Amino acid sequence: MSKNNGEYLIIRNDNKYEVIIGLEVHAQVLSESKLFSTSSTKFGSEPNTQVSLVDAAFPGMLPVINEHCIKQAVKTGIGLKAKINKRSIFDRKNYFYADLPQGYQISQYKDPIVGEGSVTLDMPNGEINIGIERLHLEQDAGKSIHDIDPQNTLVDLNRSGVALMEIVSKPDLRSLDEVNAYIKKLRSIMRYLGTCDGNMQEGSLRADVNVSVRKKGDKKLGTRCEIKNVNSIKFMQMAIDFEANRQVDVIEEGGSINQETRLFDTKKNETRSMRSKEDAHDYRYFPDPDLLPLELNDNYIDQIKKDIPELPDEKKKRFIEKFKLSPYEANILVSDIEISKYFEEVSKNSDVKLATNWITGELFALLNEKNIEITESPISSKNLSKLINLIKDGTISGKIAKSVFEIMRDGDKDPTIIVEEKGLKQQSDPKELENLINKVITENPKNVEAYKSGKDKLFGFFVGQVMKNSNGKANPKLVNEILKKKLN
Amino acid sequence: MSNITDLKLVELVDKIKKKELSSTEATIAFIERSKKSKKLNAYISENYENAIKKAKIFDQKPDFKKKLPGIPIAVKDLFCTKNIRTTAGSKILENFIPTYESTVTQNILDEGGIVIGKLNCDEFAMGSSNETSYFGNVQNPVSENLVPGGSSGGSSSALAAKLTPATIGTDTGGSIRQPASFTGTVGLKPTYGSCSRYGIVAFASSLDQAGPMTHDVRDCSLMFEIMSTYDTKDSTSVDFKRENYLNNLNENIKGKKIGIPKEYRVDGMPKEIDELWEKGIKIIKENGGQIIEISLPNTNYALPTYYIVAPAEASSNLARYDGVKYGFRSKGENLIDMYEKTRSEGFGDEVKRRIMIGTYVLSSGYYDAYYLKAQKVRRLIKNDFDEAYKKVDAILTPSTPNSAFKIGEKLNDPVSMYLNDIFTVPINLAGLPAISIPAGHDKKGYPLGLQVIGKAFDEQSILNIAFALEKNISFKNNITDWWIK
Repeated sequence: MSKNNGEYLIIRNDNKYEVIIGLEVHAQVLSESKLFSTSSTKFGSEPNTQVSLVDAAFPGMLPVINEHCIKQAVKTGIGLKAKINKRSIFDRKNYFYADLPQGYQISQYKDPIVGEGSVTLDMPNGEINIGIERLHLEQDAGKSIHDIDPQNTLVDLNRSGVALMEIVSKPDLRSLDEVNAYIKKLRSIMRYLGTCDGNMQEGSLRADVNVSVRKKGDKKLGTRCEIKNVNSIKFMQMAIDFEANRQVDVIEEGGSINQETRLFDTKKNETRSMRSKEDAHDYRYFPDPDLLPLELNDNYIDQIKKDIPELPDEKKKRFIEKFKLSPYEANILVSDIEISKYFEEVSKNSDVKLATNWITGELFALLNEKNIEITESPISSKNLSKLINLIKDGTISGKIAKSVFEIMRDGDKDPTIIVEEKGLKQQSDPKELENLINKVITENPKNVEAYKSGKDKLFGFFVGQVMKNSNGKANPKLVNEILKKKLN
Repeated sequence: MSNITDLKLVELVDKIKKKELSSTEATIAFIERSKKSKKLNAYISENYENAIKKAKIFDQKPDFKKKLPGIPIAVKDLFCTKNIRTTAGSKILENFIPTYESTVTQNILDEGGIVIGKLNCDEFAMGSSNETSYFGNVQNPVSENLVPGGSSGGSSSALAAKLTPATIGTDTGGSIRQPASFTGTVGLKPTYGSCSRYGIVAFASSLDQAGPMTHDVRDCSLMFEIMSTYDTKDSTSVDFKRENYLNNLNENIKGKKIGIPKEYRVDGMPKEIDELWEKGIKIIKENGGQIIEISLPNTNYALPTYYIVAPAEASSNLARYDGVKYGFRSKGENLIDMYEKTRSEGFGDEVKRRIMIGTYVLSSGYYDAYYLKAQKVRRLIKNDFDEAYKKVDAILTPSTPNSAFKIGEKLNDPVSMYLNDIFTVPINLAGLPAISIPAGHDKKGYPLGLQVIGKAFDEQSILNIAFALEKNISFKNNITDWWIK
């Protein structure tokens, strides 16, 4: 593997192979109730407590579409700069499985709700666009549990019927870094829109990964393999890397790739064949006769467009223009809607440059250390803003601010009060500072002598002594000014 | 009062409202007659004790504003009824007791109706003779060993034998109209979207409609008025203006244009049916209606189209009966083995045949040639009717190409069985309303029916036309109580 110029190539016997990746992301629609029933979608409830007669496919039960989920899909489509299809159709995808109560999944096949769009990624060598093929709505299945009862498989239908958006990319991704950036960007867009919480631990975001390889320079795409249901970016990257290398090995040995579905074994870090194209299911798709075609009018779509918030790409542009942030800084601050909200709250009442540095520096370090999200930050945006203002108006130095921050992290205390109580206010009275300086000069005659005879470096010593005697509270800027006057 | 069970539904309602009869008396009368009529095998499940209890409760505090004040009624076993076993005529649901009520039966309960039992039917409504039921054949009260039609065969038998004052069925390709025709009763298949499908065991979702089966057109109007409601639990339910069908019922058909489709004159149709049709035409003319020859050119393709669309939907609708969640389960070595055994043992031959046909026509490589083409032809059939309705208000045809046949006569010849639905199937494909009314007898003395087909959501017109025909035909069902010893 080589990553020259950001390129992801697999090299064998002087042959360079390019890796072609397409993703089918399954994103759980943020919704109180399921796609076709009124059951709750709450995660982590007792098994089979969120199951309606519709979800369990009792005789005579009929699906009724949840309008909120339609709205969410349209919103996401707009966020992906995609075509919203005014007419879409729900189809039945027929197959038997114990956790699929209807014996079919209601999905969209030929006529999805959202058509082609694109997602912009910021890569080290500049922006790239990844094409979106389509987005369609479908029901999730239940969960088969094989490891509780040694004799039986248990089925939990809480997830059965939960709305998913399947977002299919074009085969435009070329590296593991691009996969990482793509998933993060999708997640970011959906969190901005409030259409998916993007929580990968809870399975709100999973992907099927399509991988093929071709010799660099070839125009024709190689035969692809699909790796099913990978649930973290790390595993996606591991699976792609293994699969691409496997395919190159097969080709280098003179073999050819069979189109097939594979599974990624996270423990052994390898992909294994699940079924070949010949054994592929015949899903017998046909339009669900229980549901009419879904028709949206322009007014409906326009109304949703009006409610679309500022998305990461636009926000980034604004941050660069308005706050004079670097693209790098802006990228970090807009990557997550909650971070951007926090930043805007802090910078609303205080210096933007300091706000950027304190958030990306001290605050991120703290969140990392505690492994928490910015929404759970022990320091509120209001108090961080106050701290920055104390630095800016000279009440405390940057160094003191760090120790105030240390106190703030245990209980979100108002920094003004901390500075008051601990007496950390910077000494800026010239008279008092002069007294301190005079004392240092009087106590160190030899060093004064040496300085005057040309040992300029000793200036730092005097500053240090003054700061030490003031317990770090002396205003360093003023100390410098007065000391210079005194010694010269 | 020895002949409570001879009363028509509207008469019964009237007597109860006038307090000449209590709900309990009526309920007991129909139950007693039902008990004596076990030989017909019309019932799958009885709800007698519970029904009498409910009738007594009604009588303690009667509400005469209801349209079915304490009226006992038996319903087809395809409607899910809360706490009453619902089998759909299948072994796979032999012990299934719903915790919920279908919208149509709920509407009946809300109007004061009392369910006295669940009536036999072809398994999952797949059949034209009630011979595919896991619970056995049903006798047509017209004559011993005669089929009552299907799939609503238990309903037609129970109604004609006066075990219930009225009943309800479902019609996917003729399952209300054909059994009505075979038993000398009235059956209405409403416009698709008129009666909610919520809680009805699905056969073919795009064709299934519930409808009333009654002794006459007045009863039919009353029942339809109660059954048809807009229901948000069924996405295909239509919110159209529903009428007071009984109140609006009148026999004035002056100026009505009635179409006679030439394609319904099929070869080999018995002479009596032709004569019956002529009789209907004559009555319409005599009452000021206008007869217009029309053409429905794609009629010939209706049956093959139906036998692609209906099994395709059924193959998917019946996938839920897999032994996992409810219903019959057979033990298996593993999941697949369990599925195979459960479905092999749980379904009967006709259901399996249709599941296989449906699975085949939806398979990749065959989908375009069968299912997709059938959908296109279905559109053409609908267009035929749309064209015809530019010229006429309604269409008159025979209900069936023959009268009731003997039990076992067609069981091993599915195609001949399917041909029974030749006049009824096109109407389901087009989603239109149609009513079958008894109009005469063949030379064996078996009843024959005429069918009036209407415009979508114009049930009132066909009820009115049927009312006029009924008045002039004065059909009499010559049923002796041969099955009661």
